[in-house]
Amino acid sequence: MLMFFDTAANQHPALDADGARMAAWGAYAGAMGQAGVIVAGHGLQGRDSATTLRLRDGVRQVQDGPFADSKEQLGGYFVIDVASLDDALAWAARSPTATTGTVEVRPTLVM
Amino acid sequence: MSPADPAPAAGPASHQAAALAARQCYGRLLAWLAWQWRDVAAAEDALASALEKALRLWPLQGVPAAPDAWLLTVARRELLQAARRERLHTSPQVQALLADEPSAEHPPALPDSRLQLLFVCAHPAIDAAVRPALMLQVVLGLQAQHIAQALLTSPAAMAQRLVRAKRKIHDAGLRFEVPGPDELPVRLHAVLEAVYAAYGLGWDAADSAEGVDALVSGLRSEALFLADLVCSLLPADAGRAEAEGLLALMLFCEARNGARRGPDGAFVPLAEQDTATWDAPLIAQAERLLAGAARWAAPGPFQLEAAIQSAHCERLHRGRTPWAGIVVLYERLLALAPSLGARVAFAVACAQAGDVARADQLLATLDHPRLASYQPAWVARGHVAALAGRRAEARRALQRAIGLTIAPAVRAHLQGRLARLA
Repeated sequence: MLMFFDTAANQHPALDADGARMAAWGAYAGAMGQAGVIVAGHGLQGRDSATTLRLRDGVRQVQDGPFADSKEQLGGYFVIDVASLDDALAWAARSPTATTGTVEVRPTLVM
Repeated sequence: MSPADPAPAAGPASHQAAALAARQCYGRLLAWLAWQWRDVAAAEDALASALEKALRLWPLQGVPAAPDAWLLTVARRELLQAARRERLHTSPQVQALLADEPSAEHPPALPDSRLQLLFVCAHPAIDAAVRPALMLQVVLGLQAQHIAQALLTSPAAMAQRLVRAKRKIHDAGLRFEVPGPDELPVRLHAVLEAVYAAYGLGWDAADSAEGVDALVSGLRSEALFLADLVCSLLPADAGRAEAEGLLALMLFCEARNGARRGPDGAFVPLAEQDTATWDAPLIAQAERLLAGAARWAAPGPFQLEAAIQSAHCERLHRGRTPWAGIVVLYERLLALAPSLGARVAFAVACAQAGDVARADQLLATLDHPRLASYQPAWVARGHVAALAGRRAEARRALQRAIGLTIAPAVRAHLQGRLARLA
């Protein structure tokens, strides 16, 4: 599950004045952990902390800032192990960002 | 006016009238065609094509005096043409249809086969999880995409499931009929469960106040329509008691729907709701229905659930909730239908009636595959642990409930309760 935040609404958990938002994320990750579905997950620091790199024709291009300056930014991800897309969507709906940002659900590549 | 002036354009009003006329007869027509043809998918295709013609022609020519007969004639023509293309013209069914094709001027009285169709949608051979969706699409004409939104499923997966269910109805030759007295109670319960599941989807959708999809929360009125339909189509005998019980149950819930949010949009739990915000006439209507159902002396789970809601509504007139009576009603309900939701609610009722130890024991012994993600169980565990004075455990349970909550208003409410436990 890729967690996207609405940058205009300052929904990133790092921009949390009273701690309620961070607490909601903690509860969400905790509930997934106790249900035994979580495999991995991280929150990412704000997009101001991003550095992007490209190698083109042997030339390094290193820039400050995110990959794409869009209205919604990737704020974190969770890897969960569930039986079906429906189960994954049910967990996605419970995330604090589902009502203000977007959750993208994708299966991992099986190698 | 010069001859070059265009004909009066079809305005939005005439288009709306056409859409409304088409919508009102959709379920009846589809039920009749599917029943005659024994094939839901083929009937849907034919009716969709007839509706498409109607929405094109009616705004220009006016809605015909008998819109259902018009649609039926066109849809039957479509079905016959499709059958001829597939060289099915020798089948006796098609021959019979060819023989009695009515003219649009003298339509036959159209029997209402929607009840038969509802029974097919909730047939034991159809996966219980797909039944509410199937009913919403087949009887009410809702689109797979909207149903998928309500069910939190991908639109492609939902469309596929519906297609598979309809193929099964056709291939397995499921009977399009109202079951006999022996089978009726069990088969009717399956129909009513699917209707109630559709209502529950609408209820949950209304719970996430931000950007509510009107269509999804509109599932509540669609489910009420279906329950009312079942009540009016079933013969007036004891078999109808549970259908009346379900309708009463949903009306009790409707009566309190608006009270779940304060003026600022904050979540208001049942115990804190101002009874002045309840819909008293609707509660009275539900009470009459429930009393009518009780006269058949055929109790069942939906009547008991309605009776529990009726007891909650007593606070409107007497100022307090009869918790001891609610505990007794839950005991009877659990003897018939021990669902996870009912077991959790029973434990809370025990706690409210003063028996915290019993509530504790009931919640501790809950065992269900859905328990790990069932939010009400964790709210209840938090509540009862707090009553028992075990604050750390209460905090952990509440935290878990917060992590399982979808609606932001409910999440904020639970976070407030957690803060007060600190």
